[in-house]
Amino acid sequence: MNSNNKLYFYPLWLRIWHGINALGIIMLIITGLSMNAGVESSFIKFNVAVNMHNISGIVVTLNYLLFLIGNIITDNSKFYIVKPKGFLKRPMKQAYYYIWGMFHGMKAPYPLSEKRKFNPLQKYFYVLVMYLAVPIIILTGFALLFPELIFEKIYNISGVLITAVLHSALGFIISVFLIIHIYVSSIGKSPLENFKSIITGWHHI
Amino acid sequence: MNPYYILDTVAMRQGVHNQFDCTDCHSYEYSTYPHKAELKLEPLATCLDCHAGDEATAKYQFEKIDVEFKKSIHYQVYGENFTCSKCHSQHTYRPIARTSAQVTEIVKFDNNMCLACHNDMKEYKLMSGRNNPQIRQIHDWLPNQELHFDNVRCIECHTEVVDGLMVSHNIEGRDKASLKCAECHSTNSRLKASLYKYQNLQKRAQDGSLKNVLSNESYVIGTHQIPILKIISYIIFFAVFAGIVVHGFFRMINKK
Repeated sequence: MNSNNKLYFYPLWLRIWHGINALGIIMLIITGLSMNAGVESSFIKFNVAVNMHNISGIVVTLNYLLFLIGNIITDNSKFYIVKPKGFLKRPMKQAYYYIWGMFHGMKAPYPLSEKRKFNPLQKYFYVLVMYLAVPIIILTGFALLFPELIFEKIYNISGVLITAVLHSALGFIISVFLIIHIYVSSIGKSPLENFKSIITGWHHI
Repeated sequence: MNPYYILDTVAMRQGVHNQFDCTDCHSYEYSTYPHKAELKLEPLATCLDCHAGDEATAKYQFEKIDVEFKKSIHYQVYGENFTCSKCHSQHTYRPIARTSAQVTEIVKFDNNMCLACHNDMKEYKLMSGRNNPQIRQIHDWLPNQELHFDNVRCIECHTEVVDGLMVSHNIEGRDKASLKCAECHSTNSRLKASLYKYQNLQKRAQDGSLKNVLSNESYVIGTHQIPILKIISYIIFFAVFAGIVVHGFFRMINKK
């Protein structure tokens, strides 16, 4: 859909998924940080934080299924396909634009269109987060809910330890992604433009 | 024959006193059978009769254990009737916490010493005259009860921690038991004072593997179990934060 330089990029199901995901992950980060701060020094009561973390984790997991199914049955998945051509060159060019070019009159190298919803760098990050980090954090999260299922030892190192460290390290990486994601969203026609799109679904070219 | 009078000879041969003959400790008259009934009343040596001041077993610190034990609820309530052998069978005891490389094996062996009475109606009543406490119900408050029972010794929460001893024998009453998660799940975990401290030291001495050097905080939650990851995460976070501030600053200047 296209009207007056506007593209209907974000269908309703995607906006619902994005909204739930955003709230869920913010919840997970706050409660996760609180638990990481220690059992007694945490700013949310420990058992409250654990319960909130578990519930948010399950909500985000179910919501992730919505994302997967939505991408399977609609053609939204095509935006996530990484092509081997210019595998490194294209995202590097985009990074160069963000770091240097945009301050020196360079035009965005990969303007968004009906065929291109994400710029190459953005696409790489989304693929890594949504198809690598999120599945692993979901798996390790459920493993920690049922710790008796985890291998007792992996090469003499406690399986629970590896699972817990992997889970929270990925949590940290996703938190960093979220900060960058929100900041980069403010680079648009105007700083608030992209945030309006989250609600309306329309993107200004 | 009374089954309590039959000794598990295999277990005996695996135990610490395996090199002894029965008559080294018991009356020589036991060498005839049937044994005389009054032999049951023979005075037997206590652990300290042999081990106090004994250089060969000095590393086990029997005298220090005795001092700690005298403060324990077992001694306070039952006095001299509560002998070492009530928990440590002189026939089959193995110093498993020192010899085993498996925490779970140590935990099981040690906990069975407690559970032999505390989870056995007959044995408990015989000593105390009261019905035995319901172990599972009492510990209902403990999250992941099964996991804790398999991996943590009863004594980790039920004794006062004494740094110099592997196991403090001052087993305290239930009102003094540790009920706080943070006492174990924190950087200065009380577990380190006993079992895991020993395990870590032993392992590091054996293989010096990187994991043991990097991580001695296994009972802290998440990445902070590994101190270096904590530092790296702070560096990444501040780098990202600084990057955003600088980028935002130049965007603002550029706009004007």
